[in-house]
Amino acid sequence: MKVGLDVGSTTIKCVVLNDNNEVIDKTYERHYSQIVQKIAQILRDIKDSVLHGIPAQIAMSGSAGMGIAESCGMPFVQEVYATRVAANRLIPGSDVIIELGGEDAKILFLTGGMEVRMNGSCAGGTGAFIDQMATLLDITPEEMNTLAASHEKIYTIASRCGVFAKSDIQPLLNQGARKNDIAASIFAAVVNQTIAGLAQGREITGNIVYLGGPLTFLSELRKSFDSALHTTGICPRDSLYYVALGAAFCADEVVQIDDVLGKVEHYTASGNFAYNPPLFQNQEEYQEFVRRHNQYTVQEGDLASYQGKVYIGVDAGSTTVKIVVMGEDGQLLASQYRPNSGNPVPIVKEFLEKLYEEYPHLSIAASAVTGYGEEIIKNAFCVDYGIVETVAHLTAAQSFMPDVQFVIDIGGQDIKCFKIHNGTVDNIFLNEACSSGCGSFLQTFANALGYSIEEFAKLGLFAKHPVDLGSRCTVFMNSSVKQAQKDGATIEDISAGLSLSVVKNALYKVIRASSPGELGKRIVVQGGTFLNDAVLRAFELEMGVEVVRPNISGLMGAYGAALYAKSKGLRQSSLLTAEQLKQFTHKISVVSCGLCSNHCRLTVNTFNDGRKYIGGNRCEKPVTKKNASEELNIYQYKLQLLQGYGETKGKRETIGIPMGLNFYELLPFWHTFFTSLGFGVKPSPLSTRKLYLQGQHTIPSDTVCFPAKLMHGHVQALIDENVPYIFYPCMSYNLDEGLGDNHYNCPVVAYYPEVIGANVKEMDRKHITLIKDYVGIHRRRDFPAKMLGILSNHFDGLTLKEVKQAAKNAYEEYDRYFEKVRRRGEEIISRAEAEGKQIIVLSGRPYHVDPEINHGIDKLIASYGVAIVSEDVVSCRQKKFRVNVLNQWTYHSRLYAAARYISGRSDMNLVQLVSFGCGVDAITTDEVRDILEKEGKIYTQIKIDEITNLGAVKIRLRSLFAAIEKQETQEVRHG
Amino acid sequence: MAKLKYDKKTGRLLFTKEMKKEYTLLFPMMAPIHFTILKNVFTHFGYRAELLTTQGPEIAQTGLKYVHNDTCYPAILVIGQLINALQSGKYDLNKVALMITQTGGGCRASNYIHLLRKALKKAGFEKIPVISVNLSGMEKNSGFKITLPIIRRAVGAVVYGDLLMLLHNQVKAYELEPGRSQKLVDKWTDILTKQLNAGKGCSRKQLGENLNDIAADFAAVPLSKEKKVKVGVVGEIYVKYASLGNNNLEHFLETQDCEVNVPGILAFAMFKVDNRLEDIKLYGGSRIKYFIVNLLMKYCTSMENLLIDAVKKYPQFTPPGRYSHTKSLVKGVIGYGDKMGEGWLLTAEMLELAELGYENIVCTQPFGCLPNHICGKGMIRRIKEVNPKANIVAIDYDAGATRVNQENRIKLMLSVARENLQKEQDTPQEATEKQADLVGA
Repeated sequence: MKVGLDVGSTTIKCVVLNDNNEVIDKTYERHYSQIVQKIAQILRDIKDSVLHGIPAQIAMSGSAGMGIAESCGMPFVQEVYATRVAANRLIPGSDVIIELGGEDAKILFLTGGMEVRMNGSCAGGTGAFIDQMATLLDITPEEMNTLAASHEKIYTIASRCGVFAKSDIQPLLNQGARKNDIAASIFAAVVNQTIAGLAQGREITGNIVYLGGPLTFLSELRKSFDSALHTTGICPRDSLYYVALGAAFCADEVVQIDDVLGKVEHYTASGNFAYNPPLFQNQEEYQEFVRRHNQYTVQEGDLASYQGKVYIGVDAGSTTVKIVVMGEDGQLLASQYRPNSGNPVPIVKEFLEKLYEEYPHLSIAASAVTGYGEEIIKNAFCVDYGIVETVAHLTAAQSFMPDVQFVIDIGGQDIKCFKIHNGTVDNIFLNEACSSGCGSFLQTFANALGYSIEEFAKLGLFAKHPVDLGSRCTVFMNSSVKQAQKDGATIEDISAGLSLSVVKNALYKVIRASSPGELGKRIVVQGGTFLNDAVLRAFELEMGVEVVRPNISGLMGAYGAALYAKSKGLRQSSLLTAEQLKQFTHKISVVSCGLCSNHCRLTVNTFNDGRKYIGGNRCEKPVTKKNASEELNIYQYKLQLLQGYGETKGKRETIGIPMGLNFYELLPFWHTFFTSLGFGVKPSPLSTRKLYLQGQHTIPSDTVCFPAKLMHGHVQALIDENVPYIFYPCMSYNLDEGLGDNHYNCPVVAYYPEVIGANVKEMDRKHITLIKDYVGIHRRRDFPAKMLGILSNHFDGLTLKEVKQAAKNAYEEYDRYFEKVRRRGEEIISRAEAEGKQIIVLSGRPYHVDPEINHGIDKLIASYGVAIVSEDVVSCRQKKFRVNVLNQWTYHSRLYAAARYISGRSDMNLVQLVSFGCGVDAITTDEVRDILEKEGKIYTQIKIDEITNLGAVKIRLRSLFAAIEKQETQEVRHG
Repeated sequence: MAKLKYDKKTGRLLFTKEMKKEYTLLFPMMAPIHFTILKNVFTHFGYRAELLTTQGPEIAQTGLKYVHNDTCYPAILVIGQLINALQSGKYDLNKVALMITQTGGGCRASNYIHLLRKALKKAGFEKIPVISVNLSGMEKNSGFKITLPIIRRAVGAVVYGDLLMLLHNQVKAYELEPGRSQKLVDKWTDILTKQLNAGKGCSRKQLGENLNDIAADFAAVPLSKEKKVKVGVVGEIYVKYASLGNNNLEHFLETQDCEVNVPGILAFAMFKVDNRLEDIKLYGGSRIKYFIVNLLMKYCTSMENLLIDAVKKYPQFTPPGRYSHTKSLVKGVIGYGDKMGEGWLLTAEMLELAELGYENIVCTQPFGCLPNHICGKGMIRRIKEVNPKANIVAIDYDAGATRVNQENRIKLMLSVARENLQKEQDTPQEATEKQADLVGA
């Protein structure tokens, strides 16, 4: 007999085969990370009920089984390899296997050159991801499957990791999108991730087999794969057990089951893991800590006996809805803290109904709402004020500590921190896409280990050796936790370790602080996560300061909103009355906005009296039916200018140009160069989501920045047009603008043509020539001769004289283009000056002009009534100056120069767009921040990727504008 | 105590002549054999150099605290190791300086020194001078000069290091008496230390003799005849060599019963020199510069010849490919203009390893390494077209990536490798024929 064990990330599978290799027993169980115990139990069961003393050959497989197999003397088979062994034997004729597991995704190409692929270290799109999303929707994965079956629309959801996806789904939920559509969209995202991340340029065709838990249990997920791959794959019998079966087939060592069992039962971990000092040495220390924090309580009152006006504050957060009823003296009269279950509207409605019913004579003077769901709640219930979260939290924090210097709020899904200077929000830190140490992170772990969050957090208080887990995203953390468990860490150690890691994440990744001095001494901490004593203690230990945690830590946003409402001095709130509430209805429909190229998916919420609220829009167009002013937006102008260099025919061949990366600035140059020589030129079309998806199967590195990935789509578009030549040169150097020590391009911009050449195979098949030679436009004098050499490899009859003339025209056109941009920039600036408008220097790279890359953020900013210029408009006004980094990239030198320039102007502020995965910006962002902060300016950074959470962008922008406004009024007062 | 002096133009804290006398110069570990020998070169020239051999998770933790967490992992480790040393209390903070290399290329690595200075400032070590070790004349210090004699000896140290590393790896997997090859490495490190400290061992003649003696010593080690899976390691230079950066990859591969081949540093040095020539060829430039750089290139080539000649004598050893040959392998695969980071050399090394029989390859890179998106991961598909036997796994290293994840992926690559090895052994005839076909083609 043969036994195969598959110890996966969430489950253990075991099969027993008889001598004819037939399955006679199989087990499938969740292990809740009690791996060793579970293995022992399963082996014991088999021994007693199946083997009956017959010797068996045993092998183990699975990512979580690796260390254990080795130390227990069991042969180990790598799991992907095991799958292949099983597939070759059981389903011969298969071409491709797609296997999704708890935390792994794999593709095996069996025919036409065997290849096996596994997801890299940064990956979502797996079972754990689906579970996480189901939790977010407050349903089971099975219910999600049922819902998805009747979907109407697919939304674009980021699939790279759970954090990204969450930030896409949450706004959808808050805008009222249907769960059916979201469920189906989540499956589509998983499919996308698998194809984009793993196929890496290989086509998935032929007989396709689906294996593993998610694909076995979720029929809609299989359908989603089918439709993306234009095929119908099969899900064979025992599809859950292929790894275990493969291990069993590979087992060739006879093992005495008792020996193995003995070793497993006595498996002792190395006890060798990095750990931190305990959170509390003893009970006394903890009591003292509790006593100290109990001082910070809000005054409470009894609503039933209360006489006077009340103020209502609502915080419709990402995962919870918080509501407070506050009296005239700031006393808390009633409150509610509930998960939003995907839709905050019914929760608020229910609360108000109950409130009106129980206290019919209540006099509501004013109300305010904040949080992700601000807009919809404000519209649904006619709330008086909507305010940005940072302002709400600051207002609440100041009521506990008027001279507060720093507020740190860790909520369910966000970390919001801000510095306070002169009583205004001065510098905001929000967690970016890839830093997820928040409340829901702890929640997910607690649930995965079978605890409630409260129980789980308590476990850590007296842990002897809190595990050092670093500060990373959930995906990484999962494997770190598992590793620590294998090394002998207890649940207590892990609980404490996770609390520490939440704190470290906030401090080192989000705030980027290295000492308490940077935050100031007066710190208020809040947000639901800080109700957890372990997290609070970890924070105090890590920073070495004692902080204030109000007892209403979780309600601070709502309380702040109520305080804000009160400060406005209203006498009668416009909030829906009990009568009006009875009539209340809420309908949701989904439409695509066709008013511009962003094609936003709009959710239209209609309420009983015909009031409407539209969500999902990036600009005001669908709401006001008017164009946001494009006149004061240089991004729109640049885009128009570039589109002016369109398709042309020539007497020579036509050259295709993929419109991405550095072509966003060099198109005028190359377009002119080639047309002067008599070539036709065909730039690829403007980026769209569809264009991106058409190229994504040829992307070899899934962690490269989105602008680079998008290049694959542009090349594909040119291929589809059957352009005979594609010109995409490698360029180590850019033009020297005299602002830096060197004038490089970043490695990706410089050499991406090599990646296109090596991975886009369709060019070979269609005999399309890619001209990707190394070109140095920085050496004007050498350029013509060198370029002639390159072109002569492909075209006859070109002369040096011609090329020289073409080059001259090209350089002139390039200068002319910049001249136009700068002139327009100056016009915008002087108009803004004349009209007294704020100017935002929206900085980034030339290719951030691409609307598919900037996601319409320029329009979003313009909708706040400010003027927008780009960094290159002001960088030329600045002379070279010393920075604290090696200033060696042309594009980045402009950033430093722009930052320096605006430091001297009170009407300008800088917002930096940063593409996720841009390694170079790890250097530039810190430096730009330093330059700005030295001059007392606020630094605002927006991280963008394939998909961007505009909710977070809005918080940043609104906080920035709120701070500017307050600064201005203060200046007026002091002035 | 030496007076602190600052550069007038840039405000940079300088390393003065006075400091040279009393300061200890700390530098981070990368390739252990090479760097140990290299340290002695500095000692000979009157610097109190100290190589940091610290290990442990606190190094990464320290780095993460003071360096932007999205910066590449090598920067986090190198800076973490230096600051960790300063915080250890082992050194007199008034008499210590730090050394770090700076290549001046278009990669983030040229910025390490600036990130280090920022980190020192954050950690309260602003008064500690940092010395840039570079060949581009980027930051000058009166107390530290890279002179021609130093360069010559440094190249010598690299050649010794490359040979010792190469032979150690080729012998270790098969030695009948475990530990024998390590003893030879230790023995020769000692001998070379003594020679270098005495100002010897770097003339062409002495180099040739030493290299021959080293090869003879290793050739005398009795080896088993068994076939093992042969694995090549390539990648971003720091994570390729530093066990701190790659979770002790070489050791892991040994426990998996593999023979490991890590291509040497000399080729990387030649690549960096050659880039200056390629730049002139591609974009135009000064002929005089070309002539001078070409002389340096010729010198390196002569060193390479010495190394290869020493190994070639013994049929049981596989000598490294010549730089010129390695370079020829990427023709039509990737352009010679790709020079940032490891550039085309990384692709070339994979092709060469596959050609030499090390077709199983671990391509290491820091998570999100920009040049490796191109010349590493971006070229794997192309390499497989050129050499279908290539069995490559790309592994990302990062403070957050776990060893289990990495080892699991490597194990997958090794499963395929073992299967291929098994097939070869089952039908040696067919295998040789196939080989002949490939060579013929």
